[in-house]
Amino acid sequence: MQALLGALGRLARAPLATMLTLLVIGLALALPAALGLLVRNAESATGGFGRAVDMTVYLKNGVTLSRAQQLATVARSRPGVASVTVISAAEGLRQFRKYSGFGAALAALKSNPLPNVLRVVPRPRASGPLALEALRRKFAAWPEVDMVQLDTQWVMRFNAIIAVVRRLVLLAAALLGVGVLAVVGNTIRLEILNRSDEIEVTKLVGGSNSFVRRPFVYTGALYGLGGAVLAWVILEGAVLALSGPAARLAELYGSGFVLRGLGGRELALLFGGGMALGWLGAWISAFRHLRSIEPRA
Amino acid sequence: MIRLERVSKRYSNGREALTNVSFFVDRGELLFITGRSGAGKSTLLKVIALLERPTRGTVSINGRNTGALGARHIPAFRRQLGMVFQDHKLLADRPVFDNVALPLVVAGTPFKDIDKRVRAALDQVGLLGKERMLPMELSVGEQQRVGIARAVVGKPPLIVADEPTGNLDPDLALEVMRLFRRFSEVGVTVLVATHDVHIVREFGSRELILTSGEVTGGSADPLPSLVASR
Repeated sequence: MQALLGALGRLARAPLATMLTLLVIGLALALPAALGLLVRNAESATGGFGRAVDMTVYLKNGVTLSRAQQLATVARSRPGVASVTVISAAEGLRQFRKYSGFGAALAALKSNPLPNVLRVVPRPRASGPLALEALRRKFAAWPEVDMVQLDTQWVMRFNAIIAVVRRLVLLAAALLGVGVLAVVGNTIRLEILNRSDEIEVTKLVGGSNSFVRRPFVYTGALYGLGGAVLAWVILEGAVLALSGPAARLAELYGSGFVLRGLGGRELALLFGGGMALGWLGAWISAFRHLRSIEPRA
Repeated sequence: MIRLERVSKRYSNGREALTNVSFFVDRGELLFITGRSGAGKSTLLKVIALLERPTRGTVSINGRNTGALGARHIPAFRRQLGMVFQDHKLLADRPVFDNVALPLVVAGTPFKDIDKRVRAALDQVGLLGKERMLPMELSVGEQQRVGIARAVVGKPPLIVADEPTGNLDPDLALEVMRLFRRFSEVGVTVLVATHDVHIVREFGSRELILTSGEVTGGSADPLPSLVASR
């Protein structure tokens, strides 16, 4: 406890040096955390797209509306299917006339050229590219089905991009974690050199290695925790700055997507991880450098 | 209390600082180790305090062979030993109280006991009331006495002092030596290395004379039993 207070006091006595170290650690922690946030937000955004992903099942021209309704009931009972809507040929024509701008030309048609259509919305957990493809094949195999339209290419590409970024997060976290270890380790090494007299005297009166090490290890843990808090502040600032434009973008896409900051568990991970890295870096440094300071009265 | 048998110390540069040193010190004795500078006085004290390991021979303290102590046990060993240095080795940025309290803090003594014992130790060396001062604000003699207070605050059975009066004028030196004699009178074994022959004569305590790392005289018990058996 006393060692902890002593460590705090020493950090407070050199505010500029402490702030600089904290800033370096904070940035090193903020970068992987920001990438992680990006992935999480992108996933929640595509989660929205995933629900928007649907399949258009075109029935053959001779299939009647009542048959279409029967098929819809069968489709609804399939696992992985969230909902099925029947769009009748008449309804289809009306929509086409309204949105396409070919109203006058269509009016010249004697009969409706459009087939009855089923619009199938898969469940979110069945929205992966493989599951979608499997579902598409099932429907395509039905004799009443003319064709099934599904644009899976972009879903696959998007998922691949997310996978790359997620790997990037791990890499960045590992590299910058090593960076935090090095920064804390070096800071502690300088501190040990500065206080070598004190360490020597402490050992002279019977201080064990672990006793001498304790305040340095606490200092390292405080650096890590302080850096994590700083990283959190940086991230919250970034989220705040981005949330306005992001909301406008989401609105334009007709999505209810909201940019989110760190949740409770992620925050705990950031703080715990920062503290653990600081602790470890200080411990390694103290273990290596304290042994070399032996009293030589 | 302390028994050295044929202790030799050769430094890595080849210089032999101690050669076949044997002697015995009883509990509560005050022993002076004298000799010119470079005669091996400091090395002898370092070997006893485990700041150096002897190249040959054995050192036993309280019947325990210190050569068998691993690095892990050295801190506990040093807590049973008070050390005083010529340059007193105080922490310049800490007040007197903190300096004297350090051995107790290291040993994990409860805070309320620390306060009491630090005051008692300062009282013994006549510095009560200067707890809040920094070492720099004290005279050289006072600084040396702070060092002594730090050495005795843990109530060690053995005190080892290396030239504790080296920087002091004769009056102050005498005062410091009297302090050591008082500790020995209450049962603490005290070893003092000094080149101040006059003080030693005045005190009439046992003396061990070192010349070039060998015991060449004095009233120290040369372990007759050991000599006879070999």
